[in-house]
Amino acid sequence: MITCNLTTPPFAAKGTRTVRRANLKQGKGVRSVMRAMALAGLGLGVIPMLGGCVNVSAPDKPIVIELNINIRQEVIYRLAADAANTIEENPEIF
Amino acid sequence: MRSLIEKPVAAATLALAMLAGLGMAAPAGAQARGEAYAAAKAQGQVGEQRNGYLGVVGSQSADVRSMVRDINNKRRAIYTSKAASLSSTIDEYAFTTACRLIAETSPGEKYEGLDGSWKTRGSGAPERDPKCP
Repeated sequence: MITCNLTTPPFAAKGTRTVRRANLKQGKGVRSVMRAMALAGLGLGVIPMLGGCVNVSAPDKPIVIELNINIRQEVIYRLAADAANTIEENPEIF
Repeated sequence: MRSLIEKPVAAATLALAMLAGLGMAAPAGAQARGEAYAAAKAQGQVGEQRNGYLGVVGSQSADVRSMVRDINNKRRAIYTSKAASLSSTIDEYAFTTACRLIAETSPGEKYEGLDGSWKTRGSGAPERDPKCP
């Protein structure tokens, strides 16, 4: 009898328990471990689906990321008065 | 006799007024916007961009384009020295100046709108960047 599908995948079932442990230590059982984890993950994934539906909908509008980081807001306020003076002092180019 | 006295007085007053007018006009004329620049701006051939530099609206003559280049070089020199003395970046100083310049445009003049296209200043407030002070 196969006791547990999660820990004893069919392709690894030919060896004895001690052999499998030895394989694990040597790194040969990585695939079986990964498979077990994948199956466990599947099992976890199924539980919330049974409990109820979680709907994730995309936003209607595109997500806009402001990349204009060259302009710092606090600096703009500090410069405002000086900029006004500059315009007044150089009417030939403004 | 009255007319003899009044005439020289009137003439002197007129001469004084003309001198005063010339005296006032000379420094202002040296500093104020050049004729070509004023005309180009009034006719909407050039417009204020959001980056603090003058832009050529549509296709204009080589004279207009070289004038814009010249003005922008001078602007950049000022932005550079001001930014350095106020420990900000050239872009920040130029942007702040642009906010002011766009706000100060007269009706009929061109400026760059928030969508990047040229807008004609109307009687109301111009479109301005939300970052503007």
